[in-house]
Amino acid sequence: MNVMAPARARSKLKADRVTLAHGGGGKAMRDLIDDVFVSAFGDCQTSELEDQARLTCGALNEPGAQLAFTTDSFVVDPVEFPGGDIGKIAVCGTVNDLAVGGGKPLWLSAAFIIEEGTDVSLLRRVAASMRQAADDAGVTIVTGDTKVVGSGSADKVFVTTSGVGVIPPGRNLSARNVVAGDVAIVNGVLGDHGAAILACRGDMALTTDIKSDCQSLNGLMEAALSAAPGLRAARDATRGGLASALNEIAAAAGVGIEIEETQLPLRTEVKGVCEILGLDPLYLANEGTLVAFAPPEEAEAALSAMRNHPAGQEAKIIGRATDNRPGMVVMNTVFGGGRIVDMLVGEQLPRIC
Amino acid sequence: MCLGIPGQIVEISDPARKLAIADVSGVKREVNVACILGDGQLDDLIGTWTLIHVGFAMSRIDEAEAAETLKVLQMLGEAQEEIEAMRASAAE
Amino acid sequence: MKYADEFRDPVAAKAVLSAISNVIDEIGATADEPVSIMEICGGHTHAIFRYGLDKLTPPGLEFIHGPGCPVCVLPMSRVDECVELAEQPNVIFTTFGDAMRVPGSKKSLLQAKAEGCDIRMVYSPLDALELARKNPDKEVIFFALGFETTTPSTALSIQQAEADKVTNFSVFCNHITVPPPIKALLQDPYVKIDGFVGPGHVSMVIGIEPYRFIARDFGKPIVVAGFEPVDLLQSVLMVLKQIADGRADVENQYSRVVPDEGNPVAIAACDDVYDMREKFEWRGLGEIDSSGLKIREKYAAFDAEQKFKIGYGAGPRNVAEPDGCRCGDVMTGRIKPHACPKFGGACNPETPLGALMVSSEGACAAYFQYGGYREAAE
Repeated sequence: MNVMAPARARSKLKADRVTLAHGGGGKAMRDLIDDVFVSAFGDCQTSELEDQARLTCGALNEPGAQLAFTTDSFVVDPVEFPGGDIGKIAVCGTVNDLAVGGGKPLWLSAAFIIEEGTDVSLLRRVAASMRQAADDAGVTIVTGDTKVVGSGSADKVFVTTSGVGVIPPGRNLSARNVVAGDVAIVNGVLGDHGAAILACRGDMALTTDIKSDCQSLNGLMEAALSAAPGLRAARDATRGGLASALNEIAAAAGVGIEIEETQLPLRTEVKGVCEILGLDPLYLANEGTLVAFAPPEEAEAALSAMRNHPAGQEAKIIGRATDNRPGMVVMNTVFGGGRIVDMLVGEQLPRIC
Repeated sequence: MCLGIPGQIVEISDPARKLAIADVSGVKREVNVACILGDGQLDDLIGTWTLIHVGFAMSRIDEAEAAETLKVLQMLGEAQEEIEAMRASAAE
Repeated sequence: MKYADEFRDPVAAKAVLSAISNVIDEIGATADEPVSIMEICGGHTHAIFRYGLDKLTPPGLEFIHGPGCPVCVLPMSRVDECVELAEQPNVIFTTFGDAMRVPGSKKSLLQAKAEGCDIRMVYSPLDALELARKNPDKEVIFFALGFETTTPSTALSIQQAEADKVTNFSVFCNHITVPPPIKALLQDPYVKIDGFVGPGHVSMVIGIEPYRFIARDFGKPIVVAGFEPVDLLQSVLMVLKQIADGRADVENQYSRVVPDEGNPVAIAACDDVYDMREKFEWRGLGEIDSSGLKIREKYAAFDAEQKFKIGYGAGPRNVAEPDGCRCGDVMTGRIKPHACPKFGGACNPETPLGALMVSSEGACAAYFQYGGYREAAE
């Protein structure tokens, strides 16, 4: 269902909490959709009261242009955390999935599964933050849906966003393109999101100023691509952290990847959280950090383009692809010893003993 | 086993239960200080570096001993350099 | 981080490494006839692999990874009991993250949680006590495991619970002690260990005297070591020098944290709260006399064993180890992890068969995680 842009006067939602009635298809549902979501995502008059968004895009008419399409579901506990909330992540995450493939994100859909009893004010904040994130990334939320489930069947709100973008002709970013000698660049510090979430959950009773790095990376990718058009590949280092992103690339490209422990950008506080809980920052989740591979002759250009962009001020070259040990990621430790950085098995659990 | 990390006591949070706030690289956590209090006053612990394990300050870190260990390491480094230099000149 | 970064200095490490090589040469040790040093503590095992130290030391030096990983030596039957406790109605079962994945004979705590048990990871027993205060209508059980480093924290938490009259807090005590298994290893004629790197954080509690028997009765050197890579290398060097000099002493490399006498307050709290069990089962090592702690009668109100009539000795609960699992042989240094037929196949970190594959401190998991097995295969 297309929830955007009703032609008639907007209805008001008076309830403080969501009840099953808000999922019932009647007036209560209309009120929720209009007053909470449409009013936030609002003024894109792309279509009116149809079950689908109807969109046209000149960029696609260019010969060789490709449509990029992605989808992702978001569940975060807590829903709001330092540096963002589930809405911001839902927009940035999908924008980033398009951007790391060289796509220019255009439109998003947003579907919400809402737990009965959820504060309407929370939903308003989430919707507002989605709008803000969409505006910041230059994308429009053009269609959406809501469902309400019984108490306990969801945790406050789950969000699914799908995104459509256009990859301009001539761009071909793919993990398979990475060859030995290519340089690995990250756009910023690692692990902020994972550490922020761990700390703000409160289970470990840690107090920190760490904020999630949640941000859209399409602007950064465009800057990097215009400075380094030969960029081979980029990956969003989300769940499983940098280690997982690098392992995926190594496996897809059939190259080895060597990274330098001394070059990894890490915030002191993130190191602190990792020391206390016995965690490895390479596996902590990020929500606004990518790793890109550039051919050596374009590496400096890509690096400085990233550094000149607000989302990449702490960009750093962390390593390179090699012919050694195809499919494996090796980290040279501060000691000159090497250690294999494998995929994580299951979830990283705090280690005390 | 036994992950333990250095942290600095920055605040007393619950005198009755001997709880204090320790700072580890800018991350703060409440820890029990009963094991490092000795005969002193709680407030005197502020600024103390301690080894923390599962929420308990288990040992005061001894600055002089740390310096001593580092000095031994430094001397070892110098001695090794000399040995290498001697080997290098013997090989010439 | 102060008091840590200084001991991660590659320049210092390089000097120690070259000194280690010199002493190895002096001793005349080779890859075929290496000097075998056991690092008792899993934290040291972890550091060796994390920093790749085993690849930097000369071939004449062999590390044997000891039994000092509390998760690795936890028998399956104890995990079964944890699950049983967690499945009791109205219980919040709390544990360190380390124990979540350890397989029981039927399931792990992680699986029990997925089935609906209220199992929570905590950083400290104090957090479990706080949960009890916040949930007065629930029984909060804390799964206490670990060596002497951890025993005082549980003891002090129990004392605090008594002082605060918290009645819905109990401890499932599985604390164990370091010296008895070391003695058992030294008495085993098949085990060849030339010296020990001692667990520094255990000694910060108990001091260095409890290891005296290693030097005095068995003629082996032991050096109590810190956990940073340079600490570890320096301790190895100190052990090697003792061997080269024909000495066997207890030395303390980690003097910035470990006073020779340990921590009297912590020792007193443990004496107050715990009694020694006659014997205790160690996974892979069997039952060892006077190697486990139980909660004294006077704190029975805080003892989950007594409250729920469960636990060590409550019934015939010895569960057989999985077929073909050779964790015991790895732990005693008889074989290297990758020599176990199950290693990397039936037994891997995703579906661990043996305990050494479960904890990241376990020698097998460390080999797997940090690629030791691939190195060996190459």
